[in-house]
Amino acid sequence: MTGTWIAVLATAAGCYALKLAGLTVPQRVLANPRMRRFAELVPVALLAALAAVQSATSGHALDLDPARLGGMAAAVVALLLRAPFLAVIVAAAGTAAALHALGVS
Amino acid sequence: MRPPAERSRPVRDGIGLGLAVGVSGVAFGAAAVSSGLTTWQACALSVLAFTGASQFALAGVIASGGSLLAGTAGAILLGSRNALYGLRLADILRPRGPRRLLAAVGVIDETTAVALAQPDLQAARKGFAATFGCLYLTWNLSTLAGALGAGRVGSPQAFGLDVVGPAAFLALIWPRLRTGRTERAVALAGAAIALGTTALLPVGVPVILAATAALAGAMTGAAGTQVAESPAGRLPDGLLPDGRLPDGRAQSPGRSRGRG
Repeated sequence: MTGTWIAVLATAAGCYALKLAGLTVPQRVLANPRMRRFAELVPVALLAALAAVQSATSGHALDLDPARLGGMAAAVVALLLRAPFLAVIVAAAGTAAALHALGVS
Repeated sequence: MRPPAERSRPVRDGIGLGLAVGVSGVAFGAAAVSSGLTTWQACALSVLAFTGASQFALAGVIASGGSLLAGTAGAILLGSRNALYGLRLADILRPRGPRRLLAAVGVIDETTAVALAQPDLQAARKGFAATFGCLYLTWNLSTLAGALGAGRVGSPQAFGLDVVGPAAFLALIWPRLRTGRTERAVALAGAAIALGTTALLPVGVPVILAATAALAGAMTGAAGTQVAESPAGRLPDGLLPDGRLPDGRAQSPGRSRGRG
């Protein structure tokens, strides 16, 4: 149990230190245009990757769950229709829940 | 009681996302306790680490009987993307002293996504604060609820909660995908890298590896056209080039390039 507490606290400390390090980097690092462009593109790359991984994998394997993918498809349709943010989320979750309830997964 | 839609948008987006994603803390609390963590350990992770992916990763390794050292290292590695977000957010939030210590807690996927989806600096700060406040509260309360009710709560899939995160991330980068060709290429490449390496690398690492797509985008695009692709005054390219606050006057997209 003590070992688990050490792991919990070390994880918390490490995660916090990383967040703080990002905020603390001197602004002049961003004076370099490529560095600045990189910092701008990082969230796009990582969030797109997270969206892909969370919707199409589980653990180490591709996992094409029809309910989840249906929910994501509904989100894309809502975005193409220029729906507001919350409507996109509701469309995605509602579609996934409905497909799940229908036993599609 | 009805502020202009534009002004309330960041707060509404932030609270909406905070509530929607925050409830998935139930899933974390339940997963953590069934992995062998105590309720207090699950809550300590949510209060102190406050970054869902790392928390799930640690619980997952503990559940599978993996070594605590490997679990901790994996969880921290997974949190390294927050450092990259912090790099981006530092320029928007510009926190000083104790406020920086507090703001750092909130540097995560959701707050970054909401902040960067806003049209200007003030809205970006509001969006960050609203998302952080709402999500911190709901994530921690729902972690506790999930930990206490482990085994008794229904599956998150029944409510479609498993797509809330990915749908929100997609919705939040959507405006940038619409305006920038480089952004679209980077997003597609990032998703492809992560999916392509999922089978080969430890869980969480593929997403971090996707940052190489941003690196490639920055290297190939820096000398070229990407600034002109985004409308001037938009946050992604309009604000940052000079590292200054927007002053309401149109900022020429070309002007800032001269410094490079």
